[in-house]
Amino acid sequence: MPTLNHFLILSGVLFSIGTAGVFLRRNLITILLSIEIMLNAVNITFVSVGRFKGTVDGQIITFFVMTVAAAEAAVGLALVIALFRHRETLSPDAFTSLKW
Amino acid sequence: MELFAFYVFAGIAVLASLGVVSSKVPMHSVMLLIVSFGALAGLYVLLDAPFTAVTQIIVYAGAIMVLFLFVVMLLNQHKEDDPEVVPASVLKPGLRAGVLLSIMLAIEVAWGLSQLGVRPFSTEPGAVSSISSVARIGTALFTTHTFAFEVTSVLILVSMVGAVVIARREP
Amino acid sequence: MSQLTLADFGITQVLIARLVLIFVIFQALVLTSAFMVWMERKVCAYIQDREGPNRVGPAGLLQPFADVSKLVFKEDLRPKAADAFLFAIAPIISTATAFAAFSVVPFGGETTLFGLLDQPLRLEATDVNVAVLVIFAVASMGVYGIVLAGWSSNSKYSLLGGLRSSAQMISYELSYGLALASVIMLAGSMSLREVVTNQAGYWWGVVPKWYVFLQPLGFFIYMTAGVAETNRAPFDFPEAEQELVAGYHTEYSSMSFALFFMAEYINMVTVSAVATSLYLGGWLGPFSERFGVGWIYFIAKVLLLLFFYVWMRWTLPRYRYDQLMEFGWKWLLPMAVLNLIATAALVIWLG
Repeated sequence: MPTLNHFLILSGVLFSIGTAGVFLRRNLITILLSIEIMLNAVNITFVSVGRFKGTVDGQIITFFVMTVAAAEAAVGLALVIALFRHRETLSPDAFTSLKW
Repeated sequence: MELFAFYVFAGIAVLASLGVVSSKVPMHSVMLLIVSFGALAGLYVLLDAPFTAVTQIIVYAGAIMVLFLFVVMLLNQHKEDDPEVVPASVLKPGLRAGVLLSIMLAIEVAWGLSQLGVRPFSTEPGAVSSISSVARIGTALFTTHTFAFEVTSVLILVSMVGAVVIARREP
Repeated sequence: MSQLTLADFGITQVLIARLVLIFVIFQALVLTSAFMVWMERKVCAYIQDREGPNRVGPAGLLQPFADVSKLVFKEDLRPKAADAFLFAIAPIISTATAFAAFSVVPFGGETTLFGLLDQPLRLEATDVNVAVLVIFAVASMGVYGIVLAGWSSNSKYSLLGGLRSSAQMISYELSYGLALASVIMLAGSMSLREVVTNQAGYWWGVVPKWYVFLQPLGFFIYMTAGVAETNRAPFDFPEAEQELVAGYHTEYSSMSFALFFMAEYINMVTVSAVATSLYLGGWLGPFSERFGVGWIYFIAKVLLLLFFYVWMRWTLPRYRYDQLMEFGWKWLLPMAVLNLIATAALVIWLG
């Protein structure tokens, strides 16, 4: 039987993979995908702790996290499309005009 | 048996996520993420949360990933632009920061779990049915969390309008 | 040393019975798609005042097998596509999701196979308490087969055809889900078996308590959205326009093409089967409990809906793409929402 510890460790591993993706990848779409990995890791934590405590609140929070992730992905991808129209590239290094 | 299923699903999720982060072709990243979401849905079923599992497939794998796929296809991204996945100027400081963060994360998780002790899930029959019933989730959503529910619907409307406005071609 | 029985390995009679049942369901679906090929051509022919296939076998019944043999012997073309792996996997995704959606559809009551089994066996692959959502989830995954087929063919026309087709599918998924939600509200459960058993009984001894009489608008919405989901009949613009240019499955040949077609027919069967369970009372009918013949009623109702599908295809002209999208968003979705609100009001008012 997997215990709560198993799920927490899995969630930690997934979260670090997502964070590594956000830091190290140079492609806007892959960065957004890594953010989705992080959100999923957090969802696993919520549901497993909810199961541990025997309440349904974990799943409710997960429901809201999924909705917010959908909204954020939609707006993020719209921004990516708009940015791509300007510079024809998806690398974040091309959009550094606000750096001093 | 359940432990075996857990390791299978967790292994698929971790390997697919590693593939997402390290793949050069954006289309492959999206497909591998869908595989990872499928594995996570399996994990939710193991956690006696079938509604969350199905919602994950419908919302994440069925809607959000289709959105990503559309954008990847519209922008015609066959292969990534620069030749190396991670350029060297980013890799060395990134690796240093990454190693530091991983060590910190490992220490924190280990400390936290040691405080926790081994926490098995309760196996009383009441525990399972009390959280896997969709009626309970619906009741909680519409009574205790009504405000958050309504605000979320406004949030979706706002993001829909925002996405259309931002991605529109200038007339 | 005592004899080792099969039961010691965990292989019980129930397990064998269920495996056989799953095998039977799978084969029945494949045979139904073959039967649909024949029925489509026959019905099309009679609507067009001619006879249709009548050479291969009695009344042309072996025609689908002739078609499949022809397809199997064709060369499997593999263009220098953008992505060989995705090109190969797209028809597999389409077909796999088509079969998977049928796993939660019950097609009969309990049966003991004339006393062969110790315990009564329910006629279904599995019974989950969120069955309706599983069907919806699998329908969402079916979009990927088409999207990947369009993308991996490495041709602008295939890509546009795939994009249009998947945009159509996700637009009509909303009305599909709302029609499902209305029935769930009436039945009070998401498990298809419970939805069917809630439709047992008669009003005034004559009219069966099927949900189609309580929700005629919902039935119309569900069937329309289902037809649009499967890219059939008046909503098959992405398939037909591209007959002049190219299509999302234009680069596919032989078995991959056959897989796409089989996936389309099995999707039709699934939509009809779910509509039967939700609206037409599933396997219920006169004497269905006493003699265990519920599955015959189920098959008859599904065949009726499939005939309706084929009839619509050869009678109605197809929608243009912008007309199709306008209909889906401006007419069908508001109707589905109004249906949901009216059903909710009705359920609260009648207790």
